Amino acid sequence: MTGRLTGKVLALHLGILAALFIAQFILPAYHHTNVARIMVLATYAVGYNILLGYTGLMSLGHAMFFAAGMYGAGLPIYYLQFGAVQGFCVGVLLSLVLATLFGLIALRTSGVSFLIVTMMFAQACYLALLYFNRITLGDQGFILSKTLEPVSLGSFQFAFTSPAVKYNVALLLFAGCFLLSAVLAGSPTGRVLIAVRENEERTGLLGYSTYKYKLLALIISGGISGGAGAAYALLFSYVGASFASILYSIYPILWTLLGGTGTTTGPMIGTGLMFYLVDIASGLTSSYLFVVGAVLVMLILWFPQGIMGAIRTRWLPWLP
Amino acid sequence: MSFGPHLFLALLEGTVTAFVLALIALGLSLVFGVMRIVNIAHGEFFMLGAVLAWACSILVGGGALLGFAVALVVGPLIVGAMAVAADGLILRRINYQPESTIVATIGLLYIIQQLVLTLFGADARPVSPPIYFRVAFPWFGYSGYKLIVAGVSGLLLLGTWLAMSKTKLGLYMRATQQDQEMAQAFGVPVRRVYAKAFALGAMLAAVAGVLVVPIQQAHYLMGLDPLLLSFIVVIIGGLGSLKGTMVAAFVVGISDGVVSVFFSPTLAKIVATLLVAAVLVLRPGGLFGEEGS
Repeated sequence: MTGRLTGKVLALHLGILAALFIAQFILPAYHHTNVARIMVLATYAVGYNILLGYTGLMSLGHAMFFAAGMYGAGLPIYYLQFGAVQGFCVGVLLSLVLATLFGLIALRTSGVSFLIVTMMFAQACYLALLYFNRITLGDQGFILSKTLEPVSLGSFQFAFTSPAVKYNVALLLFAGCFLLSAVLAGSPTGRVLIAVRENEERTGLLGYSTYKYKLLALIISGGISGGAGAAYALLFSYVGASFASILYSIYPILWTLLGGTGTTTGPMIGTGLMFYLVDIASGLTSSYLFVVGAVLVMLILWFPQGIMGAIRTRWLPWLP
Repeated sequence: MSFGPHLFLALLEGTVTAFVLALIALGLSLVFGVMRIVNIAHGEFFMLGAVLAWACSILVGGGALLGFAVALVVGPLIVGAMAVAADGLILRRINYQPESTIVATIGLLYIIQQLVLTLFGADARPVSPPIYFRVAFPWFGYSGYKLIVAGVSGLLLLGTWLAMSKTKLGLYMRATQQDQEMAQAFGVPVRRVYAKAFALGAMLAAVAGVLVVPIQQAHYLMGLDPLLLSFIVVIIGGLGSLKGTMVAAFVVGISDGVVSVFFSPTLAKIVATLLVAAVLVLRPGGLFGEEGS
């Protein structure tokens, strides 16, 4: 591992982004929308991976950050006619605040207690969205496309209903977070996070405040997840409480595990594969979530490293 | 209804909830205590108990009572067997590593839930209570069956406590809980104890499912609420402490009942979670938790 974002590593990351950019001119319409969706969800997975893959903290409640971003962006746009950019900022801010408050409480526990607490609080957020239904319109959701004004930049107008805008905004968001995670993984801070993952006690003995680093990782992770949620609301125009449900906390675990925890490229690959797998399964049966369960069990039993993790061990030891 | 009787009703409802919750949470806590793992699929074992009770009420002729009696025996046995299978096929192979186990049991949750959806459909299935009578209080009549549920749950809790403190298996479990390696060194068959503890935990949840189905209806998504309430209970009580689980089950169950009756069940769950936040701020290890956790 080189430690800095140079040479092969930089080339790989930029190459992936370039491939995604070119793909929009080749893909048929159906897959065009899917890939845009996948990139937003992959951003969520990238955020999740910072906590699970690089800090070694597993959360079963990341849907609350995704939903905080989503509602933080959606509600002001719906009620107060905020623009897309302001909405996005409110969404990210709300998820950052939530991650900070939650971290201050939940990080007092460790190990399995932390897992349980994350799941519990996420569920409380989900229930709160349903309980304050009159404001949040949680159980039916709401559509943003009627109230959302196109963003104008100079003389250009960008309407989020256009597929090309959707795709490129999603790509921009993904690229930002993807590169951020790669830079973080190589930075001194990232090294400390990895040290916390490998041996928390020893890292503490070396003089690092592991609590602060874990909190930092949680905040970054929650913020990126919230950004993904906000972008999802803007681009796909729908806000609903189902995105705060447990399933949406489980998905990023699945995506990250499948792609390879603790690899920068894994979350994208895992998200893409799983998206199509669930898409195909849901066309065949109403019990399509069976696939989610089966893949989780199989991964844990036979393939805990995930795709990129295995590639790193076998062939490319320099992968970050 | 004036405030006094209303409160009495709320406390009554809360007590019934508390007994059932204690049963479910005890299963979760027992599994954690002995095996150091958290079973996310625990709620699905509860759901399976309820669905099997419905299946028995359809398949077994000869009245609600007979069907229910059969379910009370067959339901937990089937669920216990499934738990043993899950232990052998999945958990043992990943060496009970805590985080892998959580992911694996999440997988198990979806596998069980979706299989039930495929086999039994998405409808909520009512089961008529095996015994029907009303207890007439001066202000309102109350379902006698609910009181029986509380009573049977109480007996089962007592039975589990006796099994833990008086039988050889209980001794083995307590030994494994205190020091797994030392227990193994003294000839405790730790692997078999693990399988039995996992099965016992699942069976406790399944029994609760069977008991509750005449009140609640069987549905493939019903496992989530009791799972989360059990989580709240074990965190407040302190992970691994059976005494803490009991105390917390009654605190959470009764407060859940009272808030549900006066406000709404959804608010009750939110309040319970805030209660957890308060406990964590004051005592990170839970009320009766082991030190330093």
